[in-house]
Amino acid sequence: MIPGCIRSLSRQSSHRNYGSWSKVASLFSSRKNNYATEASFETKPFRLHKLDSGPSTHVSVTKEDALKLYKQLHTIRRMETAAGNLYKEKIVRGFCHLYSGQEACAVGIKAALRDQDSVITAYRAHGWTYLMGIDPVGVLAELTGRQSGNARGKGGSMHMYARNFYGGNGIVGAQVPLGTGIAFAHKYQNTGGVCVALYGDGAANQGQIFEVYNIAKLWDLPCIFVCENNGYGMGTSVERASASTEYYTRGDYVPGIWVDGMDVLAVREASRFAVDHCTSGKGPIVMETATYRYSGHSMSDPGTSYRTREEIQEVRQTRDPITSFKERILNANLVSAEELKKLESEIRKTVDDAVKIAKADKEIPLNELTTDIYAECLETEIRNTTPFNPLSHARLGPAVNI
Amino acid sequence: MLTSAVRGIARRSFSTSKCSAVQQMTVRDALNSALDEEMEKDERVFLLGEEVALYDGAYKVSRGLWKKYGEKRVIDTPITEAGFCGIAVGAAMAGLRPVCEFMTFNFSMQAIDQIINSAAKTFYMSAGKVNVPIVFRGPNGAAAGVGAQHSQCFGAWYSHCPGLKVISPYNSEDAKGLLKAAIRDPDPVVVLENELLYGVQYPMSDEALSKDFVLPIGKAKIERVGKHITLVAHSKAVELALEAANELAGKGIEAEVINLRSLRPLDINTVVQSVAKTHHVVTVEQGWPQCGIGAEISARISESEAFFHLDSPVIRVTGVDGPMPYTKSLEAVALPQTPDVILAVNKVLGVSQ
Ligand SMILES: Cc1ncc(C[n+]2csc(CCOP(=O)(O)OP(=O)(O)O)c2C)c(N)n1
Ligand SMILES: [Mg+2]
Repeated sequence: MIPGCIRSLSRQSSHRNYGSWSKVASLFSSRKNNYATEASFETKPFRLHKLDSGPSTHVSVTKEDALKLYKQLHTIRRMETAAGNLYKEKIVRGFCHLYSGQEACAVGIKAALRDQDSVITAYRAHGWTYLMGIDPVGVLAELTGRQSGNARGKGGSMHMYARNFYGGNGIVGAQVPLGTGIAFAHKYQNTGGVCVALYGDGAANQGQIFEVYNIAKLWDLPCIFVCENNGYGMGTSVERASASTEYYTRGDYVPGIWVDGMDVLAVREASRFAVDHCTSGKGPIVMETATYRYSGHSMSDPGTSYRTREEIQEVRQTRDPITSFKERILNANLVSAEELKKLESEIRKTVDDAVKIAKADKEIPLNELTTDIYAECLETEIRNTTPFNPLSHARLGPAVNI
Repeated sequence: MLTSAVRGIARRSFSTSKCSAVQQMTVRDALNSALDEEMEKDERVFLLGEEVALYDGAYKVSRGLWKKYGEKRVIDTPITEAGFCGIAVGAAMAGLRPVCEFMTFNFSMQAIDQIINSAAKTFYMSAGKVNVPIVFRGPNGAAAGVGAQHSQCFGAWYSHCPGLKVISPYNSEDAKGLLKAAIRDPDPVVVLENELLYGVQYPMSDEALSKDFVLPIGKAKIERVGKHITLVAHSKAVELALEAANELAGKGIEAEVINLRSLRPLDINTVVQSVAKTHHVVTVEQGWPQCGIGAEISARISESEAFFHLDSPVIRVTGVDGPMPYTKSLEAVALPQTPDVILAVNKVLGVSQ
């Protein structure tokens, strides 16, 4: 029951040695304390669809960037672990879709984006929200439904927003046309920006995605369609849901690229390529990131009835996006173990503090039940549960498009 | 993989009274046994939807059915509501009896075109040539802690459309009897189940445990007899109406509680007869007020002779007229509570609190 993408990946990687993650050149100039300031690595080959050439498999990273990427990867992992615990403590209600295992996708893409670019994703949105500028308190307090939450606790785990980040959508596939619309706005307003619209392997089958592939190509919209292939849509493996699991080719006339989504540098490289593609007027591109989700679909799903514990263990041990990146930058002498330790303990503290706030914080007052239903409410009052005690509407949020 | 429904039949008690000897069954098991019995009875009946087979259903309503009937008749679909719903409608046109499960009715919005424009209208457009015997089912209504996109009632949406039949069961007997009726019905039937009630046990009479048990679509049920006021509700709001009625009884107010069971056709006769006796009506629902079920009942009463029996206006108890917040305390007040029903009853009866 192991999906093809995972099978082929694990074949390529031997235990504890991250396959083609061999360091090719690590020592650059200006060495300090015997540490390099930049290192280069070889990524797994990209797979291309309707493209003459792809990104270079030879990627390099500076020390500064490596630390930044590591910090982001590690923060998301820690935050998700905290979120899972809050759910188990019954402080997070309803859904709680963790991103653990998939961190390199978001972190790698984000590293290639410029200030003018936009992002929209589905309900597995905690990591992206953080990357787009919301601190862990904003994320975790949203999960606990408290006032410091990114959406004041009104949105919940699936609905968070930031500048150039349009959410968090709970309807599978719906965010992809929205992302195409955001790309349309970029083009219309000549911002030079692109929109990254992310969706899962399950969502990849939704009809509306094919509708907007066509329109995006027809109108040359600067949209990067990112299919995060984590092997499963809920309890259904990719083979059971998709007639073709080559998601990067499924845009047909839209060029595509497959990237190892567990390699943050490969994702960054592919994303830079995709941004270039879109901004050079060639229109949209599809990017499939081969990845894996460690937890169940949502916290209520143990995630072990449709896949084996061994499969999860295998990925954790051989493909983990964080451990592998860590080993890489350590082996390349780009960073020291102490530096990473220090970073890790800072992150731990940040997230622990955020958890405390997210637990202790208040919920918004009841009168906010009827705030921000409309940007401009034309009704004098909002009907309550009976006609005898009407509520008033109030505006609170910044309403960016007025 | 026997469901408790099946086990229940095996050790069915002989008592017919409403005491503790009556078999209890969850709504989930009642739905499961309805599907099971109808699939056993009619080869043309098949179930399709997301996660209905290998995973036993996202809410485990189809537990054991894939094992029992195999992949020909219990079919996992990709996450493509517009596609598989259309396929189900087409299959019904061609003589099958599909049961199309939406993981929740929120996602039926992806496919509402096929339900309204294909399923509901084809019989009419074909001048009675092509009927569409299909069931669309799944959990509907407010759920808990899932935010605005996953917590809403589609009763008003679907019951608005001629050509559809729409049922909204409350307890286990409703669920079993109405789903079986829906599967046997020659027209498209939308079955609005309630997620929060799936795990709740209700008594099942001997009759309801039988394979021949079906409830008529379009008939309401009087859950509680009373003479001072009529409370009309559907789905989980029936529970609320019953709770309010209990509390009111302590103050000497006898409320009659009508469980609509069916939203289209709407059993207005049962409501009218009750109003002729009680002269007062409060409707109770969890959905939004505008063009809602209560609004429809109120209008039908105004248009009927029941209007002349009224001693005061019909009052609606509904969900608050806004999207559902995730915030726990706000979510609670976004939905009607017992005190809201009591308030409305007191106002209607002119009783000071
Ligand atoms: C339109 C719609 N249908 C069904 C669902 C229920 N649902 C939520 S997530 C999900 C699985 C999606 O899988 P995938 O796209 O692979 O994303 P992943 O969860 O793996 O990140 C399903 C079926 C939904 N939210 N919206
Ligand atoms: Mg997936």
